[in-house]
Amino acid sequence: MNKTAFRAKLIRDFVTNKYLYLMMLPVIAFYAVFNYAPMYGVLIAFKEYSPLKGIMDSPWVGLHHFTTFFESYYFLRVLKNTLIISVYSLLFEFPAPILLALLINEVRNKTYRKVVQSATYMPYFISMIVIAGLIRDFTDSGGVINTIYAYFGGDGTAMLQHAGLFRPIYILSEIWQKAGWESIIYLAALMAIDQEQYEAARMDGAGRLKQMWHITLPGILPTIVILFILRMGNLLNVGFEKIILLYNPVVYETADVISSFVYRKGLLEFSWSYSTAVGMFNSIINLILLVLANWLSRRITSNSLW
Amino acid sequence: MKTTRYERISLNLIYFVLFLLIIATVYPLLHVVFASFSNPNEIIAHKGLLWKPLGFNLEAYRLVFSNPGIYTGYRNTLFIVVVGVALNLLMTALGAYVLSRKNVMWNKLFMMLITFTMFFSGGLVPFYLVVKGVGLYNTLWSTIIPFAVNTFNLIVMRTSFQAVPDSLEESAKIDGANHFTILFKIIIPLSLPVIAVMGLYYAVEKWNGWFYASIFIQDHNLYPLQIFLREILILSSTDNMTSGSAVGEQFQIGATIKYATIVVATLPILCVYPFIQRFFVKGVMIGALKG
Repeated sequence: MNKTAFRAKLIRDFVTNKYLYLMMLPVIAFYAVFNYAPMYGVLIAFKEYSPLKGIMDSPWVGLHHFTTFFESYYFLRVLKNTLIISVYSLLFEFPAPILLALLINEVRNKTYRKVVQSATYMPYFISMIVIAGLIRDFTDSGGVINTIYAYFGGDGTAMLQHAGLFRPIYILSEIWQKAGWESIIYLAALMAIDQEQYEAARMDGAGRLKQMWHITLPGILPTIVILFILRMGNLLNVGFEKIILLYNPVVYETADVISSFVYRKGLLEFSWSYSTAVGMFNSIINLILLVLANWLSRRITSNSLW
Repeated sequence: MKTTRYERISLNLIYFVLFLLIIATVYPLLHVVFASFSNPNEIIAHKGLLWKPLGFNLEAYRLVFSNPGIYTGYRNTLFIVVVGVALNLLMTALGAYVLSRKNVMWNKLFMMLITFTMFFSGGLVPFYLVVKGVGLYNTLWSTIIPFAVNTFNLIVMRTSFQAVPDSLEESAKIDGANHFTILFKIIIPLSLPVIAVMGLYYAVEKWNGWFYASIFIQDHNLYPLQIFLREILILSSTDNMTSGSAVGEQFQIGATIKYATIVVATLPILCVYPFIQRFFVKGVMIGALKG
Protein backbone atom coordinates (compact mmCIF):
# COMPACT_ATOMS: atom_id res chain seq x y z
CA MET A 1 0.00 0.00 0.00
CA ASN A 2 1.44 3.39 -0.89
CA LYS A 3 1.61 6.36 1.37
CA THR A 4 -1.26 8.42 0.04
CA ALA A 5 -3.62 5.45 -0.02
CA PHE A 6 -2.76 4.75 3.60
CA ARG A 7 -3.39 8.36 4.54
CA ALA A 8 -6.70 8.32 2.76
CA LYS A 9 -7.67 5.16 4.63
CA LEU A 10 -6.59 6.71 7.90
CA ILE A 11 -8.67 9.80 7.34
CA ARG A 12 -11.69 7.82 6.21
CA ASP A 13 -11.44 5.59 9.28
CA PHE A 14 -11.17 8.57 11.55
CA VAL A 15 -14.13 10.33 9.97
CA THR A 16 -16.45 7.31 10.11
CA ASN A 17 -15.39 6.23 13.58
CA LYS A 18 -14.80 9.57 15.25
CA TYR A 19 -17.44 9.02 17.92
CA LEU A 20 -16.01 5.63 18.72
CA TYR A 21 -12.60 7.20 19.20
CA LEU A 22 -14.20 9.83 21.38
CA MET A 23 -15.74 7.08 23.54
CA MET A 24 -12.42 5.28 23.70
CA LEU A 25 -10.56 8.39 24.76
CA PRO A 26 -11.08 8.08 28.54
CA VAL A 27 -10.14 4.40 28.42
CA ILE A 28 -6.98 5.15 26.45
CA ALA A 29 -6.14 7.95 28.86
CA PHE A 30 -6.60 5.55 31.77
CA TYR A 31 -4.26 2.95 30.30
CA ALA A 32 -1.72 5.57 29.28
CA VAL A 33 -1.57 7.17 32.71
CA PHE A 34 -1.96 4.24 35.08
CA ASN A 35 -0.41 1.39 33.10
CA TYR A 36 2.00 2.81 30.57
CA ALA A 37 3.32 5.77 32.52
CA PRO A 38 4.48 3.40 35.31
CA MET A 39 6.22 1.33 32.64
CA TYR A 40 8.06 4.47 31.61
CA GLY A 41 8.72 5.05 35.32
CA VAL A 42 10.65 1.79 35.37
CA LEU A 43 13.51 3.95 34.05
CA ILE A 44 14.19 4.98 37.63
CA ALA A 45 15.54 1.48 38.18
CA PHE A 46 18.52 2.60 36.11
CA LYS A 47 18.80 6.00 37.74
CA GLU A 48 19.37 7.49 41.16
CA TYR A 49 15.86 8.85 41.40
CA SER A 50 15.26 11.97 43.36
CA PRO A 51 11.75 13.40 43.49
CA LEU A 52 13.12 16.94 43.26
CA LYS A 53 14.87 16.30 39.98
CA GLY A 54 12.17 14.12 38.45
CA ILE A 55 12.66 11.05 36.28
CA MET A 56 14.32 12.85 33.36
CA ASP A 57 16.96 14.74 35.28
CA SER A 58 17.93 12.15 37.84
CA PRO A 59 21.42 10.82 37.08
CA TRP A 60 21.91 7.48 35.32
CA VAL A 61 23.55 4.72 37.34
CA GLY A 62 23.21 1.86 34.87
CA LEU A 63 22.73 -1.55 36.43
CA HIS A 64 23.97 -0.43 39.83
CA HIS A 65 20.69 -1.18 41.67
CA PHE A 66 20.41 -4.58 40.04
CA THR A 67 23.94 -5.58 41.00
CA THR A 68 23.42 -4.28 44.53
CA PHE A 69 20.34 -6.48 44.80
CA PHE A 70 22.01 -9.54 43.29
CA GLU A 71 25.00 -9.20 45.59
CA SER A 72 22.95 -8.50 48.71
CA TYR A 73 22.11 -10.99 51.40
CA TYR A 74 18.42 -10.44 50.62
CA PHE A 75 18.59 -11.64 47.02
CA LEU A 76 18.89 -15.34 47.81
CA ARG A 77 16.54 -15.09 50.76
CA VAL A 78 13.64 -13.42 48.98
CA LEU A 79 14.14 -15.42 45.80
CA LYS A 80 14.18 -18.66 47.76
CA ASN A 81 11.12 -17.72 49.80
CA THR A 82 9.22 -16.60 46.73
CA LEU A 83 10.04 -19.79 44.87
CA ILE A 84 9.21 -22.04 47.81
CA ILE A 85 5.89 -20.38 48.54
CA SER A 86 5.04 -20.44 44.81
CA VAL A 87 5.94 -24.08 44.40
CA TYR A 88 4.04 -24.99 47.56
CA SER A 89 1.00 -23.16 46.32
CA LEU A 90 1.29 -24.91 42.98
CA LEU A 91 1.55 -28.26 44.73
CA PHE A 92 -1.08 -27.82 47.44
CA GLU A 93 -3.26 -24.87 46.61
CA PHE A 94 -3.72 -25.54 42.92
CA PRO A 95 -5.11 -29.09 43.25
CA ALA A 96 -7.31 -28.24 46.25
CA PRO A 97 -10.26 -26.82 44.28
CA ILE A 98 -10.00 -29.68 41.80
CA LEU A 99 -10.26 -32.23 44.61
CA LEU A 100 -13.10 -30.29 46.20
CA ALA A 101 -14.98 -30.15 42.90
CA LEU A 102 -14.52 -33.89 42.41
CA LEU A 103 -15.90 -34.53 45.90
CA ILE A 104 -18.84 -32.17 45.43
CA ASN A 105 -19.56 -33.75 42.08
CA GLU A 106 -20.21 -37.09 43.77
CA VAL A 107 -22.95 -35.59 45.93
CA ARG A 108 -26.36 -36.35 44.46
CA ASN A 109 -28.43 -34.78 47.22
CA LYS A 110 -29.26 -31.26 45.96
CA THR A 111 -29.67 -29.63 49.38
CA TYR A 112 -26.46 -31.02 50.78
CA ARG A 113 -24.66 -29.98 47.64
CA LYS A 114 -25.92 -26.44 48.02
CA VAL A 115 -24.94 -26.27 51.67
CA VAL A 116 -21.41 -27.47 50.90
CA GLN A 117 -21.02 -24.98 48.09
CA SER A 118 -22.41 -22.00 49.99
CA ALA A 119 -20.23 -22.74 52.99
CA THR A 120 -17.03 -23.20 51.03
CA TYR A 121 -17.48 -20.09 48.83
CA MET A 122 -18.15 -17.84 51.78
CA PRO A 123 -14.60 -17.10 52.95
CA TYR A 124 -13.87 -15.61 49.53
CA PHE A 125 -16.08 -12.64 50.42
CA ILE A 126 -14.34 -11.85 53.64
CA SER A 127 -11.72 -9.15 53.44
CA MET A 128 -8.03 -9.86 53.64
CA ILE A 129 -7.76 -7.73 56.77
CA VAL A 130 -10.35 -9.80 58.60
CA ILE A 131 -8.77 -13.03 57.39
CA ALA A 132 -5.36 -11.89 58.59
CA GLY A 133 -6.89 -10.80 61.88
CA LEU A 134 -8.51 -14.22 62.31
CA ILE A 135 -5.28 -16.02 61.48
CA ARG A 136 -3.40 -13.95 64.01
CA ASP A 137 -6.02 -14.58 66.64
CA PHE A 138 -6.39 -18.31 66.03
CA THR A 139 -2.68 -19.03 65.89
CA ASP A 140 -1.86 -16.93 68.91
CA SER A 141 -0.52 -18.66 72.01
CA GLY A 142 -4.00 -19.03 73.53
CA GLY A 143 -5.76 -19.29 70.18
CA VAL A 144 -8.04 -22.03 68.96
CA ILE A 145 -5.64 -23.73 66.57
CA ASN A 146 -2.82 -23.54 69.03
CA THR A 147 -4.88 -25.09 71.79
CA ILE A 148 -5.77 -28.00 69.52
CA TYR A 149 -2.18 -28.24 68.32
CA ALA A 150 -0.95 -28.24 71.92
CA TYR A 151 -3.34 -31.11 72.65
CA PHE A 152 -1.48 -33.15 70.05
CA GLY A 153 1.86 -32.19 71.53
CA GLY A 154 2.57 -28.78 69.99
CA ASP A 155 4.49 -26.29 72.07
CA GLY A 156 1.65 -23.76 72.35
CA THR A 157 3.53 -20.58 71.51
CA ALA A 158 2.43 -17.86 69.12
CA MET A 159 2.72 -19.66 65.81
CA LEU A 160 3.33 -16.56 63.71
CA GLN A 161 6.55 -16.02 65.63
CA HIS A 162 7.92 -19.32 64.30
CA ALA A 163 9.77 -19.03 61.02
CA GLY A 164 9.13 -22.71 60.35
CA LEU A 165 5.36 -22.36 60.59
CA PHE A 166 4.85 -19.32 58.39
CA ARG A 167 4.57 -21.18 55.09
CA PRO A 168 2.11 -23.84 56.26
CA ILE A 169 -0.04 -21.13 57.83
CA TYR A 170 0.08 -19.08 54.66
CA ILE A 171 -0.75 -21.97 52.32
CA LEU A 172 -3.45 -23.52 54.50
CA SER A 173 -5.23 -20.23 54.95
CA GLU A 174 -5.09 -19.61 51.19
CA ILE A 175 -6.74 -22.97 50.64
CA TRP A 176 -9.33 -22.20 53.29
CA GLN A 177 -10.16 -18.91 51.65
CA LYS A 178 -10.11 -19.77 47.97
CA ALA A 179 -10.60 -23.49 47.31
CA GLY A 180 -14.40 -23.31 47.45
CA TRP A 181 -14.56 -20.35 45.15
CA GLU A 182 -12.10 -21.73 42.63
CA SER A 183 -13.92 -25.05 42.56
CA ILE A 184 -16.85 -23.36 40.77
CA ILE A 185 -15.00 -23.29 37.49
CA TYR A 186 -14.15 -26.98 37.71
CA LEU A 187 -17.71 -27.84 38.66
CA ALA A 188 -18.84 -26.03 35.54
CA ALA A 189 -16.42 -28.08 33.48
CA LEU A 190 -17.67 -31.25 35.19
CA MET A 191 -21.25 -30.47 34.27
CA ALA A 192 -20.26 -30.32 30.63
CA ILE A 193 -19.07 -33.92 30.59
CA ASP A 194 -21.33 -36.25 28.65
CA GLN A 195 -23.29 -38.38 31.15
CA GLU A 196 -23.56 -41.25 28.68
CA GLN A 197 -19.87 -41.90 29.08
CA TYR A 198 -20.44 -42.69 32.73
CA GLU A 199 -23.25 -45.06 31.95
CA ALA A 200 -21.14 -46.84 29.39
CA ALA A 201 -18.31 -47.09 31.90
CA ARG A 202 -20.65 -48.50 34.54
CA MET A 203 -21.88 -51.07 32.06
CA ASP A 204 -18.29 -52.10 31.59
CA GLY A 205 -18.01 -52.45 35.34
CA ALA A 206 -15.87 -49.40 36.11
CA GLY A 207 -16.05 -48.34 39.74
CA ARG A 208 -16.13 -44.82 41.13
CA LEU A 209 -12.36 -44.40 41.04
CA LYS A 210 -11.99 -45.85 37.56
CA GLN A 211 -14.69 -43.51 36.25
CA MET A 212 -12.99 -40.55 37.86
CA TRP A 213 -9.65 -41.48 36.34
CA HIS A 214 -10.82 -42.33 32.83
CA ILE A 215 -13.73 -39.94 32.28
CA THR A 216 -13.86 -37.13 34.81
CA LEU A 217 -10.21 -36.12 34.85
CA PRO A 218 -9.72 -36.15 31.07
CA GLY A 219 -12.97 -34.18 30.82
CA ILE A 220 -11.73 -31.29 32.91
CA LEU A 221 -8.10 -31.46 31.77
CA PRO A 222 -8.33 -28.51 29.34
CA THR A 223 -9.70 -26.31 32.14
CA ILE A 224 -6.94 -27.48 34.47
CA VAL A 225 -4.29 -26.70 31.87
CA ILE A 226 -5.53 -23.18 31.13
CA LEU A 227 -5.73 -22.32 34.81
CA PHE A 228 -2.31 -23.85 35.30
CA ILE A 229 -0.75 -21.65 32.63
CA LEU A 230 -2.34 -18.54 34.10
CA ARG A 231 -1.01 -19.58 37.46
CA MET A 232 2.48 -20.08 36.10
CA GLY A 233 2.47 -16.54 34.72
CA ASN A 234 1.87 -15.33 38.22
CA LEU A 235 4.22 -17.79 39.86
CA LEU A 236 6.41 -15.10 41.36
CA ASN A 237 3.51 -12.78 42.15
CA VAL A 238 3.04 -14.18 45.59
CA GLY A 239 0.14 -12.29 47.14
CA PHE A 240 2.09 -9.95 49.33
CA GLU A 241 -1.00 -8.30 50.78
CA LYS A 242 -1.52 -11.19 53.12
CA ILE A 243 2.16 -11.58 53.80
CA ILE A 244 2.64 -8.00 54.91
CA LEU A 245 -0.36 -8.35 57.20
CA LEU A 246 0.99 -11.52 58.77
CA TYR A 247 4.75 -11.30 58.89
CA ASN A 248 7.09 -9.66 61.37
CA PRO A 249 10.88 -9.32 61.49
CA VAL A 250 11.23 -12.58 63.43
CA VAL A 251 9.93 -14.60 60.49
CA TYR A 252 11.40 -12.58 57.59
CA GLU A 253 13.76 -15.51 57.13
CA THR A 254 10.95 -17.61 55.65
CA ALA A 255 8.19 -15.08 55.00
CA ASP A 256 9.79 -12.23 53.12
CA VAL A 257 9.14 -12.59 49.37
CA ILE A 258 10.20 -10.40 46.44
CA SER A 259 6.98 -8.39 46.40
CA SER A 260 6.90 -7.78 50.14
CA PHE A 261 10.56 -6.78 49.91
CA VAL A 262 9.71 -4.34 47.10
CA TYR A 263 6.94 -2.89 49.26
CA ARG A 264 9.14 -2.48 52.31
CA LYS A 265 12.14 -1.02 50.51
CA GLY A 266 10.14 1.23 48.24
CA LEU A 267 7.26 2.50 50.30
CA LEU A 268 8.47 2.20 53.87
CA GLU A 269 12.18 2.93 53.42
CA PHE A 270 11.89 5.14 50.32
CA SER A 271 14.63 3.38 48.33
CA TRP A 272 12.63 4.07 45.20
CA SER A 273 15.14 3.22 42.51
CA TYR A 274 16.38 0.11 44.25
CA SER A 275 12.88 -1.18 44.90
CA THR A 276 11.90 -0.53 41.28
CA ALA A 277 14.88 -2.54 40.08
CA VAL A 278 13.85 -5.47 42.28
CA GLY A 279 10.25 -5.18 41.07
CA MET A 280 11.41 -5.17 37.46
CA PHE A 281 13.44 -8.31 38.05
CA ASN A 282 10.23 -9.89 39.36
CA SER A 283 8.16 -8.81 36.33
CA ILE A 284 10.68 -10.10 33.82
CA ILE A 285 10.91 -13.51 35.46
CA ASN A 286 7.11 -13.66 35.51
CA LEU A 287 6.92 -12.93 31.82
CA ILE A 288 9.50 -15.59 31.03
CA LEU A 289 7.64 -18.16 33.14
CA LEU A 290 4.36 -17.38 31.41
CA VAL A 291 5.86 -17.78 27.95
CA LEU A 292 7.58 -20.97 29.05
CA ALA A 293 4.43 -22.50 30.55
CA ASN A 294 2.42 -21.61 27.50
CA TRP A 295 5.01 -23.13 25.18
CA LEU A 296 5.23 -26.28 27.27
CA SER A 297 1.50 -26.70 27.41
CA ARG A 298 1.14 -26.23 23.65
CA ARG A 299 3.71 -28.93 23.05
CA ILE A 300 2.27 -31.37 25.54
CA THR A 301 -1.48 -30.85 25.44
CA SER A 302 -2.07 -28.53 22.46
CA ASN A 303 -3.83 -26.15 24.84
CA SER A 304 -2.47 -22.66 25.08
CA LEU A 305 -3.35 -19.06 25.76
CA TRP A 306 -2.08 -17.86 22.40
CA MET B 1 -29.08 -49.68 39.38
CA LYS B 2 -27.51 -51.79 42.07
CA THR B 3 -24.96 -50.16 44.29
CA THR B 4 -22.24 -52.26 45.75
CA ARG B 5 -21.22 -52.12 49.37
CA TYR B 6 -17.94 -50.53 48.35
CA GLU B 7 -19.77 -47.78 46.47
CA ARG B 8 -21.99 -47.02 49.46
CA ILE B 9 -19.07 -46.79 51.86
CA SER B 10 -17.09 -44.53 49.58
CA LEU B 11 -20.09 -42.25 49.12
CA ASN B 12 -20.63 -41.98 52.86
CA LEU B 13 -16.97 -41.21 53.27
CA ILE B 14 -17.25 -38.37 50.75
CA TYR B 15 -20.28 -36.93 52.56
CA PHE B 16 -18.39 -37.08 55.82
CA VAL B 17 -15.25 -35.39 54.44
CA LEU B 18 -17.37 -32.62 53.00
CA PHE B 19 -19.12 -32.24 56.34
CA LEU B 20 -15.74 -31.72 58.02
CA LEU B 21 -14.89 -29.12 55.38
CA ILE B 22 -18.11 -27.24 56.11
CA ILE B 23 -17.23 -27.14 59.79
CA ALA B 24 -13.72 -25.95 59.00
CA THR B 25 -14.95 -23.06 56.86
CA VAL B 26 -17.86 -21.97 58.97
CA TYR B 27 -16.47 -22.45 62.46
CA PRO B 28 -14.01 -19.50 62.47
CA LEU B 29 -16.86 -17.15 61.61
CA LEU B 30 -19.15 -18.55 64.28
CA HIS B 31 -16.32 -18.24 66.74
CA VAL B 32 -16.08 -14.52 66.00
CA VAL B 33 -19.82 -14.01 66.41
CA PHE B 34 -19.94 -15.95 69.69
CA ALA B 35 -16.91 -14.17 71.07
CA SER B 36 -18.30 -10.74 70.20
CA PHE B 37 -21.32 -11.32 72.47
CA SER B 38 -19.34 -12.90 75.25
CA ASN B 39 -18.24 -11.58 78.56
CA PRO B 40 -14.71 -10.16 78.04
CA ASN B 41 -13.30 -11.77 81.21
CA GLU B 42 -14.50 -15.20 80.22
CA ILE B 43 -13.12 -14.84 76.70
CA ILE B 44 -9.68 -14.00 77.99
CA ALA B 45 -9.71 -16.97 80.35
CA HIS B 46 -11.15 -19.29 77.71
CA LYS B 47 -9.00 -21.57 75.61
CA GLY B 48 -9.87 -23.63 72.58
CA LEU B 49 -13.12 -24.01 70.70
CA LEU B 50 -16.13 -21.92 71.45
CA TRP B 51 -19.55 -23.49 70.93
CA LYS B 52 -21.74 -20.74 72.31
CA PRO B 53 -21.31 -17.19 73.63
CA LEU B 54 -19.80 -17.14 77.12
CA GLY B 55 -22.25 -15.02 79.00
CA PHE B 56 -23.97 -12.19 77.19
CA ASN B 57 -22.48 -8.77 76.94
CA LEU B 58 -23.13 -5.97 74.47
CA GLU B 59 -20.49 -3.61 75.84
CA ALA B 60 -18.14 -4.28 72.91
CA TYR B 61 -20.84 -3.33 70.43
CA ARG B 62 -21.68 -0.23 72.41
CA LEU B 63 -18.03 0.83 72.23
CA VAL B 64 -17.74 0.05 68.54
CA PHE B 65 -20.81 2.09 67.73
CA SER B 66 -19.77 4.96 69.95
CA ASN B 67 -16.54 5.24 68.00
CA PRO B 68 -16.79 7.93 65.33
CA GLY B 69 -14.15 6.04 63.30
CA ILE B 70 -16.61 3.36 62.32
CA TYR B 71 -18.99 5.95 60.88
CA THR B 72 -16.32 7.77 58.89
CA GLY B 73 -15.09 4.35 57.75
CA TYR B 74 -18.53 3.34 56.57
CA ARG B 75 -19.10 6.68 54.88
CA ASN B 76 -15.79 6.59 53.01
CA THR B 77 -16.21 2.95 52.00
CA LEU B 78 -19.72 3.66 50.73
CA PHE B 79 -18.42 6.55 48.68
CA ILE B 80 -15.64 4.39 47.23
CA VAL B 81 -18.04 1.56 46.42
CA VAL B 82 -20.83 3.68 44.91
CA VAL B 83 -18.77 6.19 42.94
CA GLY B 84 -16.05 3.67 42.19
CA VAL B 85 -18.33 0.98 40.80
CA ALA B 86 -20.26 3.53 38.73
CA LEU B 87 -17.02 4.72 37.15
CA ASN B 88 -15.77 1.13 36.74
CA LEU B 89 -18.89 0.10 34.87
CA LEU B 90 -19.01 3.20 32.70
CA MET B 91 -15.37 2.96 31.67
CA THR B 92 -15.44 -0.80 31.17
CA ALA B 93 -18.59 -0.56 29.06
CA LEU B 94 -17.18 2.25 26.92
CA GLY B 95 -13.96 0.36 26.28
CA ALA B 96 -15.73 -2.94 25.70
CA TYR B 97 -18.17 -1.34 23.26
CA VAL B 98 -15.52 0.32 21.12
CA LEU B 99 -13.29 -2.74 21.15
CA SER B 100 -16.19 -4.98 20.14
CA ARG B 101 -16.82 -2.90 16.97
CA LYS B 102 -15.48 -4.24 13.71
CA ASN B 103 -13.93 -1.99 11.09
CA VAL B 104 -12.18 0.25 13.56
CA MET B 105 -8.65 0.56 12.31
CA TRP B 106 -6.81 0.89 15.61
CA ASN B 107 -8.76 -1.68 17.59
CA LYS B 108 -6.23 -4.44 17.03
CA LEU B 109 -3.49 -2.23 18.38
CA PHE B 110 -5.64 -1.08 21.33
CA MET B 111 -6.42 -4.69 22.17
CA MET B 112 -2.75 -5.63 22.11
CA LEU B 113 -1.72 -2.71 24.27
CA ILE B 114 -4.48 -3.47 26.77
CA THR B 115 -3.77 -7.20 26.98
CA PHE B 116 -0.08 -6.52 27.43
CA THR B 117 -0.80 -4.74 30.71
CA MET B 118 -2.08 -8.02 32.12
CA PHE B 119 1.36 -9.54 31.81
CA PHE B 120 3.73 -6.72 32.42
CA SER B 121 3.56 -3.70 34.69
CA GLY B 122 5.84 -0.97 35.90
CA GLY B 123 5.68 -2.25 39.44
CA LEU B 124 4.64 -0.82 42.74
CA VAL B 125 6.94 2.16 43.10
CA PRO B 126 6.49 3.69 39.61
CA PHE B 127 2.72 3.22 40.02
CA TYR B 128 2.85 4.92 43.40
CA LEU B 129 4.82 7.83 41.93
CA VAL B 130 2.37 8.25 39.06
CA VAL B 131 -0.65 8.32 41.38
CA LYS B 132 1.14 10.85 43.54
CA GLY B 133 2.23 12.79 40.48
CA VAL B 134 -1.29 13.27 39.12
CA GLY B 135 -2.37 14.68 42.47
CA LEU B 136 -4.56 11.88 43.77
CA TYR B 137 -2.48 11.32 46.90
CA ASN B 138 -4.46 11.56 50.12
CA THR B 139 -7.85 11.69 48.40
CA LEU B 140 -10.52 9.01 48.17
CA TRP B 141 -10.11 9.24 44.40
CA SER B 142 -6.75 7.49 44.75
CA THR B 143 -8.64 4.24 45.35
CA ILE B 144 -11.05 4.88 42.48
CA ILE B 145 -9.48 6.51 39.42
CA PRO B 146 -6.27 4.44 39.14
CA PHE B 147 -8.43 1.30 39.15
CA ALA B 148 -11.15 2.53 36.80
CA VAL B 149 -10.79 -0.42 34.43
CA ASN B 150 -9.96 -4.01 35.22
CA THR B 151 -8.47 -5.48 32.06
CA PHE B 152 -9.82 -8.95 32.63
CA ASN B 153 -13.35 -7.62 33.13
CA LEU B 154 -12.98 -5.46 30.05
CA ILE B 155 -12.12 -8.46 27.91
CA VAL B 156 -15.02 -10.47 29.33
CA MET B 157 -17.47 -7.65 28.69
CA ARG B 158 -16.14 -7.17 25.16
CA THR B 159 -16.71 -10.85 24.43
CA SER B 160 -20.29 -10.58 25.61
CA PHE B 161 -20.93 -7.36 23.63
CA GLN B 162 -19.69 -9.13 20.52
CA ALA B 163 -22.44 -11.69 20.97
CA VAL B 164 -25.19 -9.08 20.46
CA PRO B 165 -26.64 -9.62 16.97
CA ASP B 166 -25.50 -7.06 14.41
CA SER B 167 -28.97 -6.78 12.89
CA LEU B 168 -30.28 -5.01 15.99
CA GLU B 169 -27.68 -2.29 15.68
CA GLU B 170 -28.17 -1.99 11.96
CA SER B 171 -31.86 -1.26 12.34
CA ALA B 172 -31.15 1.21 15.15
CA LYS B 173 -28.63 2.96 12.93
CA ILE B 174 -31.19 3.24 10.17
CA ASP B 175 -33.50 4.87 12.69
CA GLY B 176 -30.75 7.41 13.26
CA ALA B 177 -29.23 6.12 16.49
CA ASN B 178 -25.66 7.15 17.24
CA HIS B 179 -23.09 5.05 19.11
CA PHE B 180 -24.09 6.39 22.51
CA THR B 181 -27.70 5.43 21.92
CA ILE B 182 -26.72 2.00 20.63
CA LEU B 183 -24.55 1.35 23.66
CA PHE B 184 -26.94 2.59 26.32
CA LYS B 185 -30.26 1.66 24.74
CA ILE B 186 -29.43 -1.62 23.04
CA ILE B 187 -26.17 -3.25 24.05
CA ILE B 188 -26.26 -2.59 27.79
CA PRO B 189 -29.89 -3.63 28.33
CA LEU B 190 -29.19 -6.82 26.40
CA SER B 191 -26.02 -7.53 28.40
CA LEU B 192 -27.52 -6.82 31.80
CA PRO B 193 -26.44 -10.13 33.38
CA VAL B 194 -22.79 -9.47 32.52
CA ILE B 195 -23.02 -5.87 33.68
CA ALA B 196 -24.54 -7.01 36.98
CA VAL B 197 -21.84 -9.61 37.52
CA MET B 198 -19.05 -7.17 36.71
CA GLY B 199 -20.65 -4.63 39.03
CA LEU B 200 -20.68 -7.16 41.86
CA TYR B 201 -17.07 -8.11 41.20
CA TYR B 202 -16.01 -4.50 41.31
CA ALA B 203 -18.16 -3.84 44.39
CA VAL B 204 -16.64 -6.65 46.47
CA GLU B 205 -13.17 -5.62 45.36
CA LYS B 206 -13.89 -2.06 46.44
CA TRP B 207 -15.56 -3.02 49.72
CA ASN B 208 -12.67 -5.26 50.74
CA GLY B 209 -9.83 -3.22 49.26
CA TRP B 210 -7.31 -1.83 51.70
CA PHE B 211 -3.79 -1.94 50.35
CA TYR B 212 -3.89 1.10 48.09
CA ALA B 213 -5.85 3.06 50.66
CA SER B 214 -3.11 2.24 53.14
CA ILE B 215 -0.38 3.64 50.92
CA PHE B 216 -2.23 6.58 49.38
CA ILE B 217 -4.39 7.88 52.22
CA GLN B 218 -2.91 9.65 55.22
CA ASP B 219 -5.84 11.59 56.56
CA HIS B 220 -7.81 9.71 59.25
CA ASN B 221 -11.04 11.28 58.08
CA LEU B 222 -10.58 9.60 54.73
CA TYR B 223 -9.87 6.11 56.05
CA PRO B 224 -12.13 3.44 54.57
CA LEU B 225 -13.56 0.79 56.85
CA GLN B 226 -10.82 -1.74 56.11
CA ILE B 227 -8.04 0.59 57.21
CA PHE B 228 -9.92 1.25 60.39
CA LEU B 229 -10.23 -2.53 60.82
CA ARG B 230 -6.53 -2.94 60.24
CA GLU B 231 -5.77 -0.57 63.08
CA ILE B 232 -7.84 -2.69 65.41
CA LEU B 233 -7.03 -6.19 64.16
CA ILE B 234 -3.47 -5.99 62.94
CA LEU B 235 -1.96 -3.05 64.74
CA SER B 236 -4.06 -3.92 67.82
CA SER B 237 -4.91 -0.40 68.79
CA THR B 238 -8.23 -0.19 70.53
CA ASP B 239 -6.98 2.59 72.77
CA ASN B 240 -9.04 5.36 71.26
CA MET B 241 -12.17 3.33 71.90
CA THR B 242 -11.44 2.33 75.45
CA SER B 243 -9.99 5.59 76.72
CA GLY B 244 -11.58 6.44 80.00
CA SER B 245 -11.53 2.86 81.27
CA ALA B 246 -8.87 1.55 83.62
CA VAL B 247 -5.86 -0.15 82.00
CA GLY B 248 -6.87 -3.68 82.97
CA GLU B 249 -10.41 -3.12 81.75
CA GLN B 250 -9.10 -1.74 78.48
CA PHE B 251 -7.20 -4.92 77.84
CA GLN B 252 -10.20 -7.09 78.59
CA ILE B 253 -12.71 -5.16 76.60
CA GLY B 254 -10.18 -4.87 73.77
CA ALA B 255 -10.44 -8.62 73.27
CA THR B 256 -14.15 -8.47 72.50
CA ILE B 257 -14.00 -5.17 70.60
CA LYS B 258 -11.93 -6.92 67.94
CA TYR B 259 -14.68 -9.45 67.35
CA ALA B 260 -17.50 -6.96 67.49
CA THR B 261 -15.71 -4.80 64.92
CA ILE B 262 -15.26 -7.76 62.59
CA VAL B 263 -18.97 -8.51 62.85
CA VAL B 264 -19.98 -4.90 62.22
CA ALA B 265 -17.67 -4.56 59.22
CA THR B 266 -18.30 -7.96 57.67
CA LEU B 267 -22.00 -8.40 58.30
CA PRO B 268 -23.21 -6.30 55.36
CA ILE B 269 -21.31 -8.31 52.81
CA LEU B 270 -22.25 -11.62 54.40
CA CYS B 271 -25.89 -10.57 54.43
CA VAL B 272 -25.97 -9.79 50.73
CA TYR B 273 -23.80 -12.76 49.85
CA PRO B 274 -26.57 -15.41 49.73
CA PHE B 275 -28.53 -13.18 47.35
CA ILE B 276 -25.66 -12.40 45.05
CA GLN B 277 -24.00 -15.80 45.19
CA ARG B 278 -25.67 -17.11 42.06
CA PHE B 279 -24.64 -14.00 40.13
CA PHE B 280 -21.07 -14.60 41.13
CA VAL B 281 -21.24 -18.19 40.06
CA LYS B 282 -22.55 -16.93 36.73
CA GLY B 283 -19.65 -14.48 36.63
CA VAL B 284 -17.08 -17.19 37.12
CA MET B 285 -18.65 -19.06 34.22
CA ILE B 286 -18.64 -16.00 31.99
CA GLY B 287 -14.98 -15.47 32.76
CA ALA B 288 -14.24 -19.12 32.16
CA LEU B 289 -15.84 -19.16 28.73
CA LYS B 290 -13.16 -16.81 27.52
CA GLY B 291 -10.35 -18.79 29.17
